[in-house]
Amino acid sequence: MSRLIVTDLWKGYGGPPVLQGVDLSVEPGSLTAVLGLSGCGKTTLLRVIAGFERPERGSVTLAGRVLDNGHSYMPIERRSIGYVPQEGALFPHLSVSANVGFGLPRRERSGRAVGDLLDMVGIAALAERFPHELSGGEQQRVALARALARRPDALLLDEPFSSLDASLRTRVREEVHALLREQGVTTVLVTHDQEEALSLADDVAVLRDGRIVQQGAPVELYERPADEHLARFLGAVNLVDAHIAEGSAKTRLGALELRPGHSAPPGPGVVMIRPEQLAVRRADAAGDGEDGLGGTVEQCRYYGHDALLEIRPREPGAGELLLARVAGAQALPAGTAVTVAARGPVTALD
Amino acid sequence: MSTFAPTQPAASRASRAWSGRRRWPLVSGTGAAIAAALVLLPLAFLVVQAQQSGWGEVQRLLLRHSVAVLLWNTLRLTAACTVLCAVIGVAAAWCVERTVLPGRRLWAVALVLPFGIPDFVVGFSWVSIAPGLHGYLAAVMIMTLSLYPLVYLPARTALANADAGLEETARSLGLGPWQTFARITLRQIWPAVLGGCLLVTLGLLAEYGAFEIVQYQTFTVAIFTEFKLGFDTVAACALSLVLVLLSIAVLGGELALGGRGRTSRSGPGVRRAPARLPLRRWTLPVLGCLVALCGVALGVPIGSLVYWMLRGNSSTLPGTSLLSAVAHTAAFGAAAAGIATALAVPVTALTMRHRNRLTLLIERLAYLPMALPGLVVALGLVSFSVRYAFALYESSLELIVAYAILFLPLAIVGVRSAMGQSSARLEEVGRSLGVRPAAVWLRVTLPVIAPGLASAFALVFISSSTELTATLLLRPTGVDTLATQFWSYTTAFSYGAAAPYAGMMVVISAVPAYLLSRRVSTLARRRPDA
Repeated sequence: MSRLIVTDLWKGYGGPPVLQGVDLSVEPGSLTAVLGLSGCGKTTLLRVIAGFERPERGSVTLAGRVLDNGHSYMPIERRSIGYVPQEGALFPHLSVSANVGFGLPRRERSGRAVGDLLDMVGIAALAERFPHELSGGEQQRVALARALARRPDALLLDEPFSSLDASLRTRVREEVHALLREQGVTTVLVTHDQEEALSLADDVAVLRDGRIVQQGAPVELYERPADEHLARFLGAVNLVDAHIAEGSAKTRLGALELRPGHSAPPGPGVVMIRPEQLAVRRADAAGDGEDGLGGTVEQCRYYGHDALLEIRPREPGAGELLLARVAGAQALPAGTAVTVAARGPVTALD
Repeated sequence: MSTFAPTQPAASRASRAWSGRRRWPLVSGTGAAIAAALVLLPLAFLVVQAQQSGWGEVQRLLLRHSVAVLLWNTLRLTAACTVLCAVIGVAAAWCVERTVLPGRRLWAVALVLPFGIPDFVVGFSWVSIAPGLHGYLAAVMIMTLSLYPLVYLPARTALANADAGLEETARSLGLGPWQTFARITLRQIWPAVLGGCLLVTLGLLAEYGAFEIVQYQTFTVAIFTEFKLGFDTVAACALSLVLVLLSIAVLGGELALGGRGRTSRSGPGVRRAPARLPLRRWTLPVLGCLVALCGVALGVPIGSLVYWMLRGNSSTLPGTSLLSAVAHTAAFGAAAAGIATALAVPVTALTMRHRNRLTLLIERLAYLPMALPGLVVALGLVSFSVRYAFALYESSLELIVAYAILFLPLAIVGVRSAMGQSSARLEEVGRSLGVRPAAVWLRVTLPVIAPGLASAFALVFISSSTELTATLLLRPTGVDTLATQFWSYTTAFSYGAAAPYAGMMVVISAVPAYLLSRRVSTLARRRPDA
């Protein structure tokens, strides 16, 4: 099967190395997102895998074939890797169908194959258009159909949705996701958008300073990030002082269940609580003061589907602001007195 | 984070030799090497000749008082003409590409046409109606009117391909239209304009016919005189060496001014066509300026030619010799344009994709012929063929090769304007689709740079068709081109008999100029940047 394995990859452009020993393994037929800030080496990693750049050290293998290991180098065109660059890079002088059929043998270019591919990405009506007559989303679909045309062993997507506007992005993203599922092609998607990575990928690898700092399923990464930096990178967090014990932690929000498998030593430490793990009630509601921390809403950021509340604990010295995510309908205006309770389990950070 | 640096295994260094990506410089490198070798051939002749007569003799010739005068004459003419050409060329290109000018398609073509009229014909046309015209100002005027299209054409292509987004952003940041033009638009088209100015400067250094007619002494005129009338090969070569040094200084100056700026876009999406500025109350003044420009650059030469044709009607029309001259001129021009364009592609590909000192040197070498008088290139080839390849001597091939060498710089300018826009990324994507590099080149690179190739071909064709000095020396016995026939009638003061040949040269050049203009405007619209 077409497993993609990258081992100890180093690459620089004369200056400090951009990739500093990247290890990455992509399961056959899965979608792995490489998540990182701009400039962390994401695009360089894809370009090395595609064969556009040669690494200084390390190896890339796909489906058991060695693509590059410092000794042998497989030319780009023999790698069977589809590549969708950020801006699509459609051939400007060719129509949509000629773009899609570019990599096919000559006799298949005019046959059903191209039409089927266009159908697949939902742009059959645009077959005779030229790239400059297409919208951004349409261009991305053409680029995708073109990359899939030869049924590559692996597909590389370089921030494919970043140039689309928000409403279109979600839709194209979902369609592409469904399509890749259906095709079962091993895919590496590079993105700086954590929401995109978490919602699309089977596996997320976080690239920081030229190395992979953590790779795992989205839930795994979100719930059990390797460090504080990673925890914040994947979404908003509350870091709460705690006394760590076996299986639980004592905090100002009460005793909370701990996720197993952490390596934090017993004693004083820090636990990570995601904002959606905090339940917020009006303080004047029935059962006031039963269990939980009293406080005041300092700011309410309303997003429609949900709202993020910044809550100042009432008792002095109780620590910094708490972030709580509530459903949009339960948004509370600033100044409201509230009681905050946490729903476990929480993660202890090292 | 790791602190040790990666050690590069020796094996990876070795394997680069057969990596698919690095094989390409070998192909384009070979082509570029051939181009460089061809260009160096006439230069080698200069040095060999000078060496044979001894450097002391060369020194004595160069320290003569007249050399300082020639230098001053050449420099002040070059400076004035280049600045005038840049201003006129950019202004005209901007009017055609960026305003809602009435009849802009017509203007687009009309403004290129003066380039199709050989400089010596322009000189002839002015002097024949105003016999008092001579000296510095006459030379500046005639050369500016002949050469400004060399800036106009690349500036127009660059304006058509420039990214409208940048200009809109500048406007939204509070810059006025003039500031936007100076700080954004001009920056975007700067490499193209500078490339054009370079050609103007080098063309001025090489011109002979027009200066001969207006009696203005430059290096080239002096060289021709020394060689043709004084039969003094050593003096001609010594002066030519100074000319070559001047051109090297010009090429260096262009480098210092940043003529190699990168024009590739990095942004996502497809480029939008720039908006056109409504002229409103400026319509008439702008039209007036263009009419005046075309009037002096195009109207006077053509009017003068027509006048002489009508006047000379009493004499018998040179029917068949005119036809055979047309056939020879077109055949030589097309062959030379094909070779020059074919050589320009590897030179450009090499210098744009693999920039290092060697490739820069090759590009600079390729520009050198513009500063070599056709005479020097011709003499270089004659000497080479007489000594080493006698079968070539006075053959059509030798003349065609001379043209190809002489006008290689024009071809490079044309190809470069297109290759700067085409992205190496398209080639990468093409290969990732399983297509071999050579096939990717044919199916992606070539079509994308096709407009540039067309303009390169047309530029070389036009220039070859109107070349005089090298043709006089190299044409096979009994073969006459339009330029040589025109010159022999003109020097015999048979203006009426000469005029039809000049007219045919204008027509022959107008066809590719027209096609070129059409292609630039349609393809610029069709071709989004990648």
